[in-house]
Amino acid sequence: MSRVLTIAGKELRTYLVSPMAWVVATVFLGISGLLFYNIITWYSMQSFQLMRMPQMGGHVNINRMVFQPTFQNMAVTLLLLVPIVTMRLLAEEKRNRTAQLLFTSPVRLGEIVAGKFLAAVALLGGMLLVTVYMPLLVWAYGTMDWGPIFSGYLGMLLLIGAFVAMGLFASSLTENQIIAAVLTFGILLVFWLLGWAAELGGDFAKVFEHLSIITHLEGFLKGVVEVKDVVYYVSVAAFGLFLTHRVLESNRWR
Amino acid sequence: MIQAENLTKYYGDVRALDGVSFHVDQGEIVGLLGPNGAGKTTAMKILTCFMPPTSGTARVAGHDIFEEPLKVKRNVGYLPEEPPVYPELTVQEYLSYAGRLKGLGGVDLKRAMGLAMEKCGVDHVARRLIGNLSKGYRQRVGLAQALLHNPPVLILDEPTVGLDPVQILEIRTLIKDLAQEHTVILSTHIMQEVEAVCGRVIIINEGRIVAVDTADNLRTQMGTSRRILIRVARPSPDLVQKLMALDGVLDVEAEDDGRVRIESQLDRDTREDVARVAVESGVGLLELTGVAVSLEEVFLKLTTEDVDHNVDTAFDAAEGTA
Repeated sequence: MSRVLTIAGKELRTYLVSPMAWVVATVFLGISGLLFYNIITWYSMQSFQLMRMPQMGGHVNINRMVFQPTFQNMAVTLLLLVPIVTMRLLAEEKRNRTAQLLFTSPVRLGEIVAGKFLAAVALLGGMLLVTVYMPLLVWAYGTMDWGPIFSGYLGMLLLIGAFVAMGLFASSLTENQIIAAVLTFGILLVFWLLGWAAELGGDFAKVFEHLSIITHLEGFLKGVVEVKDVVYYVSVAAFGLFLTHRVLESNRWR
Repeated sequence: MIQAENLTKYYGDVRALDGVSFHVDQGEIVGLLGPNGAGKTTAMKILTCFMPPTSGTARVAGHDIFEEPLKVKRNVGYLPEEPPVYPELTVQEYLSYAGRLKGLGGVDLKRAMGLAMEKCGVDHVARRLIGNLSKGYRQRVGLAQALLHNPPVLILDEPTVGLDPVQILEIRTLIKDLAQEHTVILSTHIMQEVEAVCGRVIIINEGRIVAVDTADNLRTQMGTSRRILIRVARPSPDLVQKLMALDGVLDVEAEDDGRVRIESQLDRDTREDVARVAVESGVGLLELTGVAVSLEEVFLKLTTEDVDHNVDTAFDAAEGTA
């Protein structure tokens, strides 16, 4: 375990001393902040209008009208940014030949994979944590329910885990960071689009719906933590990490 | 300490190693010598468990590379051809990371880092970013990384590449010192390095071992003649005649400045006779040296023999069809 933390710590440090992580964080927080501002503005206009119709008061729900779309926007932004964060994890080590240090040290492959995974999740989790200012702001000036916020953050963290595992897998396949990023983006987008395919109906609609990375987020955003959703994200992450481990092992034999 | 048995490695269809077997005893410094692409690095990568061989196996420090790779790795320090350093870390951070990967921690790690940095002469750049260091310093940082956990076996892939002459001498001295407690395999294509450092030489060509012996033995075995160089104060044609008449001397060549080169049969030591003749003829013997066939010549002979052979057979085949 200590070696997992050693690797994770070093990776995290590498992130933080490179401008890349800061650019990604800035873009993520900038975009999600901007969209949050738009939603809040729209929400307050709606509330003013609805105030004139007392019978409609029950339909104004700040959790549903503000935080649900905000989390969804963050998820889309992450879809674009996670590949940038994960692309270097293994590709860079292979390109710079530093993989030789890692693979000739008395460290198990699993420990390497786990360390890299944790580092990227920690970085993205840190970015996510900064967005807590949004509910705090609303809480300071209005009334809201913290339950769906907590479950929303839990869902986002699980989503990040699944994204990072896929990114790590793509990074294990190549020495080229750009290829790793594009591949990750492709994989994530396909998982995303499965949700749209599900909406179109057809024989496999139910299968697509269960596979889609976005439909499983909905429950969390409504404040419902369902076992099937948690299992989905955990198993996607575990599958990605397993594939990464297999690729690293098979690379040795070539 | 190291036993390699029948190591064979294919990269796709390309055969990099072909049934390589050798052993290295404790405290030895063995040089892997061979032209580029001979399979030196491949052999080293297999011994360090970076990758497994296609067939064959090896035992390093008493552990099988397939059965107990983690134990092998714990007992091996490896400096790859390109030092595996992270440019974004300082020397200190890098060594601390490498040490923790190798299972060191706390006071042990501090002490090991201090010792390794001192041995490799990088203590005064400890706080600098590796990315800003010159190739020579990076090489030394890589070496410090290999020494860090004081492993019984050191595997160094071209350890002196990219260093300046002073540094090369330093590193060679360091390697020789290390051999007292460590077993060292180093690869190189620099002959002087082998002569200066290695007890034994393994010459590899096209994935096969073509010779294993000490540098001295290789020279005497592979040479076709012995060479003696003398220098006289007053050269005379008479001397050449007398030298030619000696038993075992094949050829004598005199130069104007008083130097005389004598080729004699390989199995005869004619130095005594040559000295006697030179003194008796009163030409004023100033100098007498036995010149050994250089290891370069041995190496060239061993690594190009096969090629000649192939050319010959191709020629024969062409003639046969004509």
